[in-house]
Amino acid sequence: MSELRAQLREWREAVDKRVPPWWSRALVGLLLVIGIVLPFPFSSSSAFMNATIIALAYAVMSLGLNIVVGFAGLLDLGYVAFYALGAYSLGWFGSGFFFKAHIHALVSPVASTLPGIHLNFILILVGAALICAAAGIVIGLPTLRLRGDYIAIVTLAFGEIIADVAVNGQSVHVGGGMTLTAGNLGISAVDSPYFPGIGSFNLLNLRPWYWLIFAILLVVLFVNLRLRDSRLGRAWVALREDEVAAVSMGIPLVKTKLLAYAIGAAFGGMSGAFFGTYYTVVNAGQFQFGFSIFILAMVIIGGLGSIWGAVVGGLALGYINNYLIPVVLNDIPAKLGFHFQLTTVEFGIFGFLLVIMMVLRPQGLIPERRRRLELTAEIAPPDAQLAEAPGTPGGGT
Amino acid sequence: MSETETPPPPAAALRAEHVTKTFGGLVAVNDVSFDVPEHSIVSLIGPNGAGKTTLFNMLTGLYRPTEGRILLGERDTTHSRPDVITKHGVARTFQNIRLFGAMTAVENVMVGHHARMRSGLIGSIFRPPWVRREERETRERARELLAYAGLREPVFDRLAAQLPYGDQRRVEIARALASQPKLLLLDEPTAGMNPQESQALTEFMRAMRDDLNLTILLIEHDMKVVMGVSERVTVLDYGKKIAEGEPAVVRADPGVIEAYLGKQA
Repeated sequence: MSELRAQLREWREAVDKRVPPWWSRALVGLLLVIGIVLPFPFSSSSAFMNATIIALAYAVMSLGLNIVVGFAGLLDLGYVAFYALGAYSLGWFGSGFFFKAHIHALVSPVASTLPGIHLNFILILVGAALICAAAGIVIGLPTLRLRGDYIAIVTLAFGEIIADVAVNGQSVHVGGGMTLTAGNLGISAVDSPYFPGIGSFNLLNLRPWYWLIFAILLVVLFVNLRLRDSRLGRAWVALREDEVAAVSMGIPLVKTKLLAYAIGAAFGGMSGAFFGTYYTVVNAGQFQFGFSIFILAMVIIGGLGSIWGAVVGGLALGYINNYLIPVVLNDIPAKLGFHFQLTTVEFGIFGFLLVIMMVLRPQGLIPERRRRLELTAEIAPPDAQLAEAPGTPGGGT
Repeated sequence: MSETETPPPPAAALRAEHVTKTFGGLVAVNDVSFDVPEHSIVSLIGPNGAGKTTLFNMLTGLYRPTEGRILLGERDTTHSRPDVITKHGVARTFQNIRLFGAMTAVENVMVGHHARMRSGLIGSIFRPPWVRREERETRERARELLAYAGLREPVFDRLAAQLPYGDQRRVEIARALASQPKLLLLDEPTAGMNPQESQALTEFMRAMRDDLNLTILLIEHDMKVVMGVSERVTVLDYGKKIAEGEPAVVRADPGVIEAYLGKQA
C-alpha cells in the first residue's frame, strides 16, 4: 500500500515538473471563460441557475470564513452573524423599510420616487463589507486573549446574539414609528440591483444575478489569493501555528488577528447583502446557528486553509443543498415506497457526508498545500539524519 | 576574553535592573540585575528551574516583570509588547524549538523578517512594485540566511516540522536573524547536540557576533560551551543572581559550585 502511494507521489511530482509554469494561469483563464458562458445553455430561470447562484454566494462566504478559521486558525462558530448583518445592510439601505427617510443614490427611476433609503447595490455592498468588518473587530476583541475552543464559544454566543436581535428587533423603536428589524415577518420589497445603462434585475431572468455574484466571487477570490502569499497571510499562518513564537518574531497579535476577523466578516457581509436582494426579503428566521455550521462544513469539506478548497466546498454543498436534494433526488424515497421527502432529512445527509469525508479524506477535497506536504511526506527525517543529532528535542529545562 | 578584562565599561546593549517576577506566591526571578555589554557574548546559567527562561521571557516581552526595569540601550522596554521589542532589535530562539511546523523553512525565516517589512493589507492586495520587490528581497534574504546558518539548499522548501532536529535548530537561528536584531537571545541552543555539533555552534556564535555585529545572550547547560564562548557569565539559582563575572572566576566561585553540586558535608 505504501509502495503504491510512493509510486503515485512520484508520478504526481513528475507531472508537476513537466507541466509548464503557465498552466495554472491557463487553468484560471479557462475557468473564467467557462464561468462567464455557463448560463447560456440553461433556461434563464431554471432551478439549476437558481442553485448555481446560491452556490456561488455560499462560496463567497466559505472564502470569508476560510480566512478566519483556515488561515488564522480562529474557530468561528458565529459566522451567520455576518450573513445577517450583510442582509440587514441591504434591508436598511435598499428598501422602503425606513419609510420616514428619503435618501436615494444611483437607483432605478422607480425606486428613486419611493420613500425609504435606496442606495445603489454596489454602495450597499461596500457598506455591508465595512459594517461587517467593524462587527468582526467587535467580536474579535473579546476573543484575543482566548485560544481554541474558548474562541469558538464566544463567537457562537455572538452569532446567537445577532440572531436574537434580528428576531426581537421589531420591538426596538428607532424613532418615527420605525423599528430596527422586521423580525420573522421580514423586510420585504427590497430593491433589486440596478445599474445605470443596464437596468434593474428581475427574477424572471437569472443570468444578470449569476454574473453579479460571479463577479463578487472573483473579487473575493482575488483578494484571498493575494493575501495568502503576502506578509499578512504568512503572519496569520504563523499565529495559527505558534502564537508565542509569532509574536516573538515581531507579529503584532492584536492587529493581525483583528484583520483576519474583519476581512473574513466583510466577505460574509457581501454575500449576505447579495442574498438579501436575491431572496427579496430579509427575514430573521434565515439566521440560524445551523447556518454557521453549514458554512464551516464547506470550509472543512473543501480543505481547511485552502482557497480553492473553500470554493469547491461552497459550490459542492450549495449544489447538494439547493439542487441535488430538493430537485434531483427529492422523490427517490417516495419511489422506493417511503412517505417522506429527501429535503426533510437533508441535515442527516450533510452529517453523513461529513463523517464520510473525515474518514476517507480528512484533509478535504483540495487540501492546502502545506497540509498536503504534511500528509504526503509521512515521516521525513531518514534514520541516518536522526543518528546525526542524538538527544531528545528540548531536553533539559 | 582577555581584552575585556579591565573595563571602562562599554555601553550596555541590555540592562536589567532589580527585575522580579512572581507567579502567585512563587518567586521565579528575584531582584536580578545585570548588564549585557554591547558586542559581547554573555551566558546565563543555573540549575533547572532557576528562572533563566522566565528572565528571557521578560526580556522579550512575553512576561511583564512584577518589579524592576529592563533597558535596551537607552530605551525602557519593561512594558513593551513582544513585537515592539523585536522591532527594537531583539530576537530569540526557544528552548524547545518553536518553528511554524506547517510552513517551509524559507517561510519561517520570512516570518522572522516581518518586523522589517512595510506592506499592509492594501499593499498585499494590490501588490504595487515596491511590495513585489519587498517580497522578493525578503525571500532572497531568507535563503541567504538559511545558507548562512548552515542549511543545504534542498531542505529550504521542506516543511519545518519535517526537518531533522539539528536543521530545525538552524532554521530557528536563521529566523531570529531575519529580524535584523542587535541583541540575540539563545535559549539552550546546544540542547540535544553531540559534542562536535556543540563545538560547531560555539564557533558559529562567534562568527555571527562578528559578521552581524550582534550582542548575544545565551542560556546554556553545556559548561564546555559556556566556558568556551562567553565573556561574562551570570549565574541564577532559585531566581536569585548568585554570581557574575568572567567564566574562570565564576567556575571557581564556591556559591556556584554549591548550587550545582550541592553543599559538601
